[in-house]
Amino acid sequence: MSEPLLKVENLKQYFPISRSYTVKAVNGVSFNIYPGETYGLVGESGSGKTTIGRSIIRLYNPTGGKVTFNGRDISGKMDNATRDMLRKDMQMIFQDPMASLNPRKKVADIIGEGLDIHKRYASRQDRADQISEMLKKVGLSPEHAARYPHQFSGGQRQRVGIARALIMQPKLVIADECISALDVSIQAQVVNLMKDIQEETGCAYLFIAHDLSMVKYISDRIGVLHLGYLVEAGTKEEIFSNPIHPYTKSLLSAIPHPNPEVEKRRQSIAYDYATSGIDYAKGTEHSVGGAHTVLATDAEFDAWTRPSIQQEKLRGT
Amino acid sequence: MSEASKTILDIRNLDISFKTNAGTVHAIRGVNIDLCKGETVAIVGESGSGKSVTMKAAMGLLDSNATVNSGEILYTYTDEKGKEQTVDLLKLPKKVLRQQINGQRIAMVFQDPMTSLDPTMTIGKQIMEGMFLHKNMSKEAAKARAIELLNLVGIPDAEKRFKNYPHQLSGGMRQRVVIAIALSADPDILICDEPTTALDVTIQARILELIMDIQKKMKLSVIYITHDLGVVAKVADYVDVMYAGKIVEVGNVNEIFYEPKHPYTWGLLSAMPDLDTDDDRLYSIPGSPPNLLHEPQGDAFAARNPFALAIDEKAEPPLFQVSRTHFAATWLLHPDAPKIEMPKELEARLERARKEVEKYL
Repeated sequence: MSEPLLKVENLKQYFPISRSYTVKAVNGVSFNIYPGETYGLVGESGSGKTTIGRSIIRLYNPTGGKVTFNGRDISGKMDNATRDMLRKDMQMIFQDPMASLNPRKKVADIIGEGLDIHKRYASRQDRADQISEMLKKVGLSPEHAARYPHQFSGGQRQRVGIARALIMQPKLVIADECISALDVSIQAQVVNLMKDIQEETGCAYLFIAHDLSMVKYISDRIGVLHLGYLVEAGTKEEIFSNPIHPYTKSLLSAIPHPNPEVEKRRQSIAYDYATSGIDYAKGTEHSVGGAHTVLATDAEFDAWTRPSIQQEKLRGT
Repeated sequence: MSEASKTILDIRNLDISFKTNAGTVHAIRGVNIDLCKGETVAIVGESGSGKSVTMKAAMGLLDSNATVNSGEILYTYTDEKGKEQTVDLLKLPKKVLRQQINGQRIAMVFQDPMTSLDPTMTIGKQIMEGMFLHKNMSKEAAKARAIELLNLVGIPDAEKRFKNYPHQLSGGMRQRVVIAIALSADPDILICDEPTTALDVTIQARILELIMDIQKKMKLSVIYITHDLGVVAKVADYVDVMYAGKIVEVGNVNEIFYEPKHPYTWGLLSAMPDLDTDDDRLYSIPGSPPNLLHEPQGDAFAARNPFALAIDEKAEPPLFQVSRTHFAATWLLHPDAPKIEMPKELEARLERARKEVEKYL
């Protein structure tokens, strides 16, 4: 495999609340993202998935660990050249298209802000051309450039957010719950758009979401987060067909199926960390085969992998 | 099944428009919904299709610029003396509606538990509020009942939590409190407006199971307003698919999910990826919902409908009957219409869904 575009090693992000109390939002998470692929991060709210995205793009200063992007360390103090590279080559799409666009700016200026800051245009005309081309690419028309965000619907606003991220021709886009606030049919439009753009430009996505069916649809590899630990990771086939960790199982069982007869008979598997007797801090990474890894102690790993084989046998008979 | 049970809420030919600066928006254009005792009806549609407005009309919560042009919302209940009464909620004076219907007989769970609770009041007080108002309960009785409700909705340590403020609870807990408040006056009907949209999947499943459980225990009738078909599949008995202020397809949940007839329902079902979707592209309904400032000519969905017929541009389709409970408003069901089948991908998916069911039987 080629060199990873983004290498996250043992990332830690703590927020000290008071002298005696620190929120440990991310506790030693490691994963890689390769050029042109989509990595999905899933987990419930409070599991630290947004924090990871924000630490990587340096909206927070990581407490510990190492993040390497494009071959350069971006987790500690950065020199100007590295920071410029980071600000250009990594972009973010935010969750709420209502709140993430400046209501007092025209769409052209929202999209062109990155160009202005990094002086990525030759003339005014060139800037306008780049913006209208970007608008066309995300399925809006160039006339929309002179409008304000409030004149758009939710789906269109999210397209503006995508255009703003992509005009810098980034290598990695962090999409933080970028479709959660949209209607089902609009979600499909935005996801298709993101896939098309990926094919065209070859950028990689870090796709953060809690909607597992959408994550499965868009991602190549998936990481499951819980309480700041990466409890399971692997390709989407590995995670969905053979979940090992009880949290992943519970998460998968909670996905609603658009199938009433099945849905009425099915009960979701409950999982409560406090009573499960699992201590994430003691676990180490165990390989299940392929790219599939799970966080567990040796004893837990044995217990989780064995019954699944028994179940396979039961299903066979 | 519907004949045996009694209709409790009957929305007839509801028609509502809003006056705005840009002109009159005809948001609801003749909606009929039946709700029988103990059953669950889900209203599905995109944002702007008018699903929330319909229910707000039933609660008397319409904004001041709304006008009800026609229609009635008949609500049947048994009063204190045990006599059966039927009232038109649209004709009741606001005061009577507030004092006797809202909260007491018809309760609502709102979308966002962050904004629907009062941050300056303990949750216990908020739960008891309705009991003081509607039931004239003593403080002790109300407190006992509130703790009972907190236990019912699955909040551990109810006695301690009673004195908590909303910010001390997580999102899922807060939504449980909202449900407890809605149940505090023993309503007949519970209206849930996107109750789980703001929550994540694991908690969503638990909240839905909780509502279903309570529904069985208290013989509630529930109306869900949602755009999530997964939720609908889990909870609903009957489904109304709404588009541009009209019901375009109605049927029981199996009919809608296994034999959908309206192209819009096809679109909604295809747009939602299931776990077996491997297609390169997700199906998405092209275009966006019509602007109801301008009354659409003919079928409102025609512009986005790949299966539109010539007649769709001219005349609005009536509801064609498919089975005893299943109706759809599309010209495709007219006897003279060309035979058009649903898209192949969806056909394959429904086939997979039916196979999956067999595994469970």
